[in-house]
Amino acid sequence: MKVEFELNGEAVAVQVEARISLADCLRDNLGKTGTHLGCEHGVCGACTVLVNGDAVRSCLMLAAQVDGEKVVTVEGLSGDDLSPLQASFRKHHALQCGFCTPGFITTAHALLTSEPDADEERVRDVLSGNLCRCTGYVPIVEAVLDARKFYPGAKENS
Amino acid sequence: MKPSAFEYKSPATLGEAVSLLAAGNGNAKLIAGGQSLMPMLAFRLAAPELLVDLKRIRDLNAITITEDGIALGAKVRWCDIAGDQRLATAHPLLAEAIRHVAHYQIRNRGTVGGSMAHADPSAEMPGIALTCDARLEIIGAGGRRVEEAADFFQGLLQTSLAPAEILTSVHLPAWPAARRWAFREFARRKGDFAMAGVALFYDLDEGRCAANVHIGAIGVADRPVRLASAEAALNGKPVNENSIAAAVAAARAEIDPPSDIHAPAAYRRSLLGTLLERGLNQSIG
Amino acid sequence: MKVSNSYVGRPMERVEDMRFLRGRGTYVADVNRLGQLHAVILRSSVAHGIIKSLDITRARAMPGVRHVLAAADFGAAVPRIPLRLQPLPQLEPFHQPVLADRKVRYVGEPIAIVLADTQGIAEDALDHIDLEIETLPAITNREQAEARASLLFEDHGSNAAITWSAFKGDADAAFKAADYVRREKFAVQRHAAMFMEPRGFVAEWNAGEGKLTVWGAAKTAWYNRRVLAAALELEVEAIDLIEVDVGGGFGSRGEFYPEDFLIPAVARMIDRPVKWTEDRREHMMTANHARDIECDVEIAVSHDGRFLGLRGRIWADIGAYIRTNGSVGPRNVAQYMSGPYRFENIDLKATMLTTNKTPSGTYRGPGRFETDFIRERLIDLVAKDLNIDRVELRRKNLVADSQMPYPLASITPFDSSTELDSGDYHAVFDMCMKEFGWAEKSQLSGKLIDGYYHGIAVGSFIEGGAAGPKEDARLVLETDGSLSVYLGSSSVGQGLETIMAQIAADATELPYEKITVHHGSTSHVKDGYGAYHSRSTVMGGSAILLAAEKLKDLVRETAAARFGCAPAEIALDGEQVGFSGINLPLAGLADAPLEVEASFFNKKYTWAYGTQAAHVAVDPGTGHVKVLDYLSVEDVGRIINPLTLHGQAIGSIVQGLGGAFLEHLVYDENGQLLTGSFADYLLPTASDFPHIRSITLELKPCPNNPLGAKGAGEGGLIPVGGIMANAVADALSHLNVQPMELPLSPARIWQLVEDAGAKH
Repeated sequence: MKVEFELNGEAVAVQVEARISLADCLRDNLGKTGTHLGCEHGVCGACTVLVNGDAVRSCLMLAAQVDGEKVVTVEGLSGDDLSPLQASFRKHHALQCGFCTPGFITTAHALLTSEPDADEERVRDVLSGNLCRCTGYVPIVEAVLDARKFYPGAKENS
Repeated sequence: MKPSAFEYKSPATLGEAVSLLAAGNGNAKLIAGGQSLMPMLAFRLAAPELLVDLKRIRDLNAITITEDGIALGAKVRWCDIAGDQRLATAHPLLAEAIRHVAHYQIRNRGTVGGSMAHADPSAEMPGIALTCDARLEIIGAGGRRVEEAADFFQGLLQTSLAPAEILTSVHLPAWPAARRWAFREFARRKGDFAMAGVALFYDLDEGRCAANVHIGAIGVADRPVRLASAEAALNGKPVNENSIAAAVAAARAEIDPPSDIHAPAAYRRSLLGTLLERGLNQSIG
Repeated sequence: MKVSNSYVGRPMERVEDMRFLRGRGTYVADVNRLGQLHAVILRSSVAHGIIKSLDITRARAMPGVRHVLAAADFGAAVPRIPLRLQPLPQLEPFHQPVLADRKVRYVGEPIAIVLADTQGIAEDALDHIDLEIETLPAITNREQAEARASLLFEDHGSNAAITWSAFKGDADAAFKAADYVRREKFAVQRHAAMFMEPRGFVAEWNAGEGKLTVWGAAKTAWYNRRVLAAALELEVEAIDLIEVDVGGGFGSRGEFYPEDFLIPAVARMIDRPVKWTEDRREHMMTANHARDIECDVEIAVSHDGRFLGLRGRIWADIGAYIRTNGSVGPRNVAQYMSGPYRFENIDLKATMLTTNKTPSGTYRGPGRFETDFIRERLIDLVAKDLNIDRVELRRKNLVADSQMPYPLASITPFDSSTELDSGDYHAVFDMCMKEFGWAEKSQLSGKLIDGYYHGIAVGSFIEGGAAGPKEDARLVLETDGSLSVYLGSSSVGQGLETIMAQIAADATELPYEKITVHHGSTSHVKDGYGAYHSRSTVMGGSAILLAAEKLKDLVRETAAARFGCAPAEIALDGEQVGFSGINLPLAGLADAPLEVEASFFNKKYTWAYGTQAAHVAVDPGTGHVKVLDYLSVEDVGRIINPLTLHGQAIGSIVQGLGGAFLEHLVYDENGQLLTGSFADYLLPTASDFPHIRSITLELKPCPNNPLGAKGAGEGGLIPVGGIMANAVADALSHLNVQPMELPLSPARIWQLVEDAGAKH
């Protein structure tokens, strides 16, 4: 079946079996391999992408379900340079093997876009849906808190 | 794993959706948020031949608050409930219970209708629906019908929904401002399924005794359950150390909880009582 | 002006991050080859049985299915996987065949492999393979294994594969003469490394060149290449194992698994590229399990609290086969139980029992997490019995710097001995106590506050590193003046590209920005060993130091030829060379790149060490434990990059907390694995353990390598199980709750409280 949607700001169209997940469609049909599969059961969060601005688990969506929608993957969140959120992750050493990282970046970006004043408890709460085996989360939380100031509406900006 | 193959349709109206389900002869399944169905497909625990997506169907995602109570459209998502400030006063028990559901990404997709139809015995929404005497609106090949939550949940992951029926809304009765309530659950980690959970409310009569006591439990049976003997231990009595102890003992005695790798039956039984005790203490205020 | 770099010791931001953060890493699932087929493996759903029949006809007939292969297609005898470590001849019966042919011994054992146009079609085909297995009784615990009603390996006659003996001094005499002896049984649960990127391989055979290329290598690529070459009867040079980006390993990824043979073998057989990836459920039943032990041990102590000896039996449930490094964990439990404390007399025997479960291998700090749980629990029990303060009892028995090198127990067979190299254990211990605020926090021991009982605990540990025998580095000074570093070390996410660039920059005095590090692939250096036993910094880093000296010599020779002088007259100054006031840039110094290779050999382990302390609060009603503060202080000898080292420490501690409270691979009585997803196998999340602190020190450099480094990265988790159990015991001391088993799940803690209450 044909599925048409907007990916990272550009119109795309794919021909896929109905059973193909959004994650597999992005990775295999559209070459966006930054979205990773850590479990394929909807628990680890490594596959998180943004659909109409909402962070969702792309392994729990069918490609068919984004027909007509706007999808943003980690590749769409920066150009050749790191975004301020990504730079904050680098500064705080919030990644080691990097496999879970795209899922954290998309999730944190969605959170800070809608809640630039999220406090530590809220950040931990939201990030509890993403698994990381390397970092122990402490530097990830620090990186996200430190990145709040780059988002419109943050207290530090006004 | 990848799911086994299926057809996919995204109808524009409820009527079309019902027809597609009916034509599917029991091999068609509805998908809305997909947060419960997709993992089942990934494990190949379910292998429908047709998925009918509610994606394009309008008018199922409203939260309507009137003096009759709260109507939740089947496509209302957990993030919609969390984001609706009115619910803090219109139905604080619902608002509090939903805070415990899953994680951020799932809350952006998971729906009221999906959770009710999936009927996981540890899920919060079925627990609230049962405890609060919810009325469910269902549409099917035979037209519309209304069902009480108590009749809707029929067993482990089983509801009264026929293969070609669609739950369209959940109605919760109006919530008096003076009502006392609590919601307590305990899970291994934040967002995990509760090993046990309690939703309770009561009103106070002129003598400051509990009346209209409703106590529901999740995670302790194959479906959400009302704890009738615990309710009886409180109805007509002041809510104090004695009546709470009696209610807790009654609750523990009346359940027959399952064992699994996270919680053996004896622990679950004790846990339920502990949560009830803490909830009642909290409700006194 | 002479350039002098000092990148070592600086918290350099990582080179790797640039691609990881933007989703531009290349992990094996991102690799695709033209014309590739997707491989899916049919695995046993029965824990123990005899294969009666296997009929692939229906599966083979499905559209899109190209091949279905089973044991019969791989020759008269299916290859079996040799042991990389402790390869004793008596362990050969327990080597795993790459495909089951007559018998299946665990749920998940590979039986057949389907090659199809898509992953989905290949999975569809599994249901169309007609497989009949006659079930045999499953062995799922020690009692059944020892009763021998059912045998995994009939010819062996028992389910005990081997018993390792760790010994020192005369334990029997010491126990006879001891004032006090305490004997207890403990158990640690089966859990696993559970790295986030599932395993995978892409293999391609070039028939024209007779070359096999395999993507997805990790950890021990050179060793694996030799094993694969032997099994395929190819020359080693005909195979390239390419390490791409690796999503964590923790000791488990990169060992030689059945798939390490099957995927490349099939690619050559069918002469088409083959791609295989596992999902998490498959991973949980195929990747090495770890840590499953029970024990019956005793400690002998003098009346004034001097440790005299350790004695007892350990049983390790290693699953259905011995994997490439399956003996390491059980050996380590026995050999390292004494930890950083003085024990002159040791007699510990560790028996490896085969059961119908997924086979085991190493997972970060193998055997050490388990053995520290046992030892630290014993120490707190002793302190209570002898009425000696837990802190004083430890300080009294920690090995002093003046006593080093201090021999640990020796182990046999496959004899090995080792000794603690250097360290001021007491200084680090005291620093931890002070930083933690032990004196102040002790006021809270056993107190009930807002429904929670508070408890604290402390423990000390050693972390072994730098396993030899050697590591290789190749340096290439390119004609543009940049430096390429090729290493035998493997990356598993530990920041290798950055750390090695720091070491190389200081050693060659070239700018950090002009250095690129390549790791892990067999095409990079002649021979490499890889990443395990916290060895990369010491071994790879030291190899770089040696190679850098050789490169400087080569640069001097080359420049001398240009200038027409002697090499000793050449001055090296960063990116240029000089003679008699004339300078030439390194770029273009020669017409071709200047290349050197060096090996660093090492026979001695290094021993990082430290102390950790924790403060918990326990809810007796639910069994919930809040970790209010967790502090680790570790001396690693030399810190190359404090940013990445700190990251390793925190990450390791949180893994330890996962092992202490959450993680458990559970089997039922039929050998069915009940934990098949992250919904049941519980990993720590961001909201579980927010209060972790780590301090790393450079107190006592290691005397055994030129960097002075001790190899860190595993230490954090080592004492966590013991410390958490002791803290819970401290919190519930009024009930004399004594946890003897991990994990400290809410249900277990509740049961301990119930049982203790019932006694009152």
